[in-house]
Amino acid sequence: MPQTWQPKPPTPSPSYSTGWLGWARKNLFSSPGNALLTLLSLAVLLATLPSMLRWGLWDATWLGDSRKVCDSAAQDGSAGACWVFIKVRLEVFLYGFYPEAQRWRVNFTLALLGLAALPILAPTLLRGTLRQTLFALAAALLMLATFGMPCAIFTACYLLLPLALPPLVRQRPFLELFAGRLAGVSAGLFLTALAATLLYFAAGQAGGGGAAGPIAVTGAILVVFLIFVGRLTASAWRWILLFTVYPLAGFFLLVGEVFGLPLVETHFWGGLFLTLVVAGTGMATALPIGILLALGRRSTLPVIKTLCVFFIEFVRGVPLVSVLFMASVMFPLFLPENVTFDKLLRALVGIAFFYAAYMAEVIRGGLQAIPKGQFEAAMALGWPYWKMMALIIMPQTLRLVIPGLANNVLSLLKDTTLVAVIGLLDLLGVAKASMADTEWLGFTKEAYIFAALVFWVFCFAISRYSVYLEKTYHTSQHYN
Amino acid sequence: MAKRPRDEQTTWKSSRLNDPRIRGWLAQAAVLAILIAAIVYGIYNVSHNLTKAGITTGFTFLGHPAGFDISQTLIPYSSRSTYADAFVIGLLNTLLVSFLGMVSATFLGFFLGVIRLSPNWIVAKMAEAYTEVIRNIPLLLQVLFWYLAILSPLPGPRAALNLGDAFFLCNRGLQIPRPVFGENFAATPLALLAAIVLAVVISRWARRRQLKTGRPFPSLSCGLALIVAMPLIALAATGFPLHWEVPELSGFNFKGGITVLPELIALWLSLTLYTATFIGEYVRSGILAVDKGQREAAYALGHRPWMTYRLIIIPQAMRVVTPPLISQYLTLVKNSSLAVVIGYPDLIHVFAGTALNQSGQAVEIISITMAVYLFISLVISLVMNWYNKHYALRGQ
Repeated sequence: MPQTWQPKPPTPSPSYSTGWLGWARKNLFSSPGNALLTLLSLAVLLATLPSMLRWGLWDATWLGDSRKVCDSAAQDGSAGACWVFIKVRLEVFLYGFYPEAQRWRVNFTLALLGLAALPILAPTLLRGTLRQTLFALAAALLMLATFGMPCAIFTACYLLLPLALPPLVRQRPFLELFAGRLAGVSAGLFLTALAATLLYFAAGQAGGGGAAGPIAVTGAILVVFLIFVGRLTASAWRWILLFTVYPLAGFFLLVGEVFGLPLVETHFWGGLFLTLVVAGTGMATALPIGILLALGRRSTLPVIKTLCVFFIEFVRGVPLVSVLFMASVMFPLFLPENVTFDKLLRALVGIAFFYAAYMAEVIRGGLQAIPKGQFEAAMALGWPYWKMMALIIMPQTLRLVIPGLANNVLSLLKDTTLVAVIGLLDLLGVAKASMADTEWLGFTKEAYIFAALVFWVFCFAISRYSVYLEKTYHTSQHYN
Repeated sequence: MAKRPRDEQTTWKSSRLNDPRIRGWLAQAAVLAILIAAIVYGIYNVSHNLTKAGITTGFTFLGHPAGFDISQTLIPYSSRSTYADAFVIGLLNTLLVSFLGMVSATFLGFFLGVIRLSPNWIVAKMAEAYTEVIRNIPLLLQVLFWYLAILSPLPGPRAALNLGDAFFLCNRGLQIPRPVFGENFAATPLALLAAIVLAVVISRWARRRQLKTGRPFPSLSCGLALIVAMPLIALAATGFPLHWEVPELSGFNFKGGITVLPELIALWLSLTLYTATFIGEYVRSGILAVDKGQREAAYALGHRPWMTYRLIIIPQAMRVVTPPLISQYLTLVKNSSLAVVIGYPDLIHVFAGTALNQSGQAVEIISITMAVYLFISLVISLVMNWYNKHYALRGQ
């Protein structure tokens, strides 16, 4: 009988090279030097981490609502952190000195922003009209439960409008109703004016007061988009609403004095809410200005180019603190007497222009990476400059510069703390102010660590989100 | 091809407004006109507002006595000194903290960048955790944390932390010994200078010889030995004309020695810790940017790991690291203006803060301050251009 060859089963890897032991051998103790390094690091960790954790978690005082709890805990010998301090002051940390009865307005404005931005930030999550409609209805129900009927109606209208508009204007009806260009344009302008007037009086009747004018202007902008631009997708409408209707609604919701909402002046604003306002408006204004500056810097028009280069280089050469000082000390001198600007607005303008210069440089880098053929093809098709930029060049550029923009957004968020220099009480300012409370002296560490934690969570989330965006919009094509 | 009738040609002639060149010039003229109008209007308002407030414009105020004290002065200053003196003091303080921050952040940053690439898992993870935590917390918060939460609650001078009987840390700052120079001390720095020159000469000669004959010369260790030994010999030859004035507690405060302000410590520490995370990332990406083949080729030629690093990896990585490193230095100089929130007497705090409040010359003072920062950034970008011209990677 022929003997068949029986292969032996392979010898398993030696036990010291597999499992956690092998891993440790490879990654921690691969050489005497490495072993020493590992032991040293472990010693450092053992020396620092347990005491930090004991202070922050196990020995910390979590329960209670007055200073006495912390003091008695300190007398018992366990000198941990006093998180009761944060708990008692949490409202101030979040809202500053915004009147307590009006805080729902802040909540609603931020919630609306979240709901409005969600379909834009996570487009894959809400794909299709059905899902988006359901999302809008669910959001409205949520608003009904938390903020009441008017807020729910507003939310539903805001979220459903981008879905309702595209089918309405599929054919650019108003321009094509009329044979001649001039007649179409004048009819469109007439309709715009009509809509604006109607809105103005309707808002005035409803108690809009000071808001009637802005509401009419916003309505006019929307009608102009509707008539003259026509075919836009739902996501384009979402962007348009985010930059027209949302700021209007947010501004009047937060400031008040219209539609029966009491006035809350900006010096009551503070805390995390102010940080978010400064960062949000900063981003929303710096990016468009930055795009314009970048285009100006690459323009062939010498005057525009020189102005943009000077502005960008000037701003990038000076610290933000000095820009804020300029906005708060020097800028009022350049205004006529009796004209005063709100302090917050001055800071916002300073931050917006400061970061616009940085964004402009990032975007310019992206513009340089776009192949010339893209410009030439658009021009050969006879497209005008702005159409070419908006529909061909910018979408490609912005996709390329996502990491740079994210970096700028991160440093903008961190630099909002500088508004404390000119006396605004953002999250950090509130933390600092609450230390001066005579009832709660000596809890500096707790206040700063809490503020640091909040900033860290936001910054870390943004940096992760930018990685996600990069992956989503990554196109494998390589330009030559 | 049919010839186009004459009348149709004339109808095609369009308005001059459609010529992009003419449109461009019109747009530029409009922008310029708006800008000039705004500037003229602003200047008119400024002069009107200033005459109303009774402030004379111009830079003559720089010669007037300032009348305020400054807590840290690198050159002699009293409250009778002028605004110009206060400006110089503020500028020197800014440069001091920036320089200290640059040096320490560079060391810590290179260290972080290298250990993040270490094969040792725990060390690399620790560096990564440090980077992710510190980078995502606002610098201003860190400055305030060190100043208000760590340094301010320290005990007073009487219960100061004693570090080896020479250094004392208390809530008034760090007390360090002050060197007192005797006669002939000048020989030591001169010797140091001579040693540096000699070391440079030796390293050049060694390099030339190695290129010519291939024989290496230990120029690095030789140079270091020279730089250490020569000043020591000079010091010994002149009979050690140097002693240290150690700070001593007398009454409620320390006497003698140098006081490093807590503001300076807090600012320096936070600038270092924060900037180092960014430098570490640049160093890491610079090292990763060096092609793997370079290292393999060096090993194949028989270079040892350390020599591979010194001769192959680091010179190539430095080309990638240096430009962002230089702009990070610029950022550090600008970030040093955060001094104003903790009262470290830097340029912004002394000049754009106190001096501005005292004199009311907002336009002049803010302009000077910004001009200084612009000048610094101009110098730094000139250095960068020079570097890019000489060392940057060209082509592929």
